[in-house]
Amino acid sequence: MDVTVEPPLGMLAELTHRCPLHCPYCSNPVELAAKRDELTTEQWLAVLDAARDLGVLQVHMSGGEPLLRPDLPELVGRASDLGCYVNLVTSGLGLTAARLARLVDRGLAHVQLSVQGADAERADRIAGAKAHARKIEAAEVVRAAGLPLSVNVVLHRANHDQVGALIELAERMGADRLELANTQYYGWALRNRTALMPTPEQLAAAEPIVRAATERLRGRMEIVYVVADYYEDVPKPCMYGWGARQLTVAPNGDVLPCPAASVITTLPVENVTRRPLAEIWYESRSFNAFRGESWMREPCRSCDLRSVDHGGCRCQAFMLTGDAAATDPVCALSPDRGVVDGILATEAAAVAAAEVPPFVMRKPTVAR
Amino acid sequence: MPGMPRLRRGVRLTFDKTRDTHVLLFPEGVLVPNPTAAAVLELCDGTTTIREIASRLGARFTGVRAADVATVLERLAERRVVEWT
Repeated sequence: MDVTVEPPLGMLAELTHRCPLHCPYCSNPVELAAKRDELTTEQWLAVLDAARDLGVLQVHMSGGEPLLRPDLPELVGRASDLGCYVNLVTSGLGLTAARLARLVDRGLAHVQLSVQGADAERADRIAGAKAHARKIEAAEVVRAAGLPLSVNVVLHRANHDQVGALIELAERMGADRLELANTQYYGWALRNRTALMPTPEQLAAAEPIVRAATERLRGRMEIVYVVADYYEDVPKPCMYGWGARQLTVAPNGDVLPCPAASVITTLPVENVTRRPLAEIWYESRSFNAFRGESWMREPCRSCDLRSVDHGGCRCQAFMLTGDAAATDPVCALSPDRGVVDGILATEAAAVAAAEVPPFVMRKPTVAR
Repeated sequence: MPGMPRLRRGVRLTFDKTRDTHVLLFPEGVLVPNPTAAAVLELCDGTTTIREIASRLGARFTGVRAADVATVLERLAERRVVEWT
């Protein structure tokens, strides 16, 4: 081992895969954990205890829709009592003033609210549910409770033209922070890649709008823009390093170095019901597989950027090349860059021929 | 100075036993303040002036000047940790 392993800072607690929305860009796995396979309240409480012992300071209560777990206040309370900063990542559906008050009372610190479009017609079409108006109400509830609010938008071809209106909506919602993230093609999203991929023209049009708004809103609302990485020539930094800062616990207790990591079928999957969390973090094969740099080969091994981008995304390398230790093919130096260019050319041809398929809406495909 | 310093909404200061240090927690991150900054932040309650903070720190440490406290707070304000009432 060529690295000192530090304790993790954050844990994504995916309490359930159940969700009232059907977003075609969903990055959760195609096969979701069934309700009967979800960890019990007692098991989640034990996970939170173990996570704090291990060093976790931020707990992101996520899903699916975490509000579908009736034990959410109890879990928030435990994480907060342990000294963690607790963040609720929600669709907003079901976030009434009464429910939020209970969560705030238990120590909830921050709410991250997803938004699918700038107006109800568009947003509800993307979400596959009548959701937009309820999200605006949820934002009001969060503001009234005095909690900081982040609005998260996943950008893709069907809403990229609304980027300016989305910024204005987030302002009206009173957001402290707006994340505009171009779709990452994991899980369900991968099967919609052609329908989701923004065009180069859309990306070029959004850039000055986002830049001007970032400047105009400085000090009031922070804007984080996540680029469309297929169009970039340097890869995104994998989780600031594999197994370096974060861990994910899936609804069934699977413990993953990143939310998408179950796609790497060559790695064993650890589960918190079978092995202590600390042992998984420090000793498991899956968490150690891509720590440090000794697993890298060329062109990463001798690259000046290897400690910056960590060779890019391991999951993307696996999905596009079949080898999780390959350089992320987004990188211009990757011998597999042609795979990404080929995908972009195919998507562009589909757009040119007006043969973009309709969205395949997220369905609750459950593992048997 | 514009007023009295306090932690911004959503920012929490806590002591982490695992790492044996104070940590600042906020929506998307964790900061580890140095011991000086942590001592200042513990007194940022929105009702205590910089002069009072300096004087209370002066009772615990030697050579604390209000100007130094102001500099620490300005840096923390730039990082969106502290705001002024």
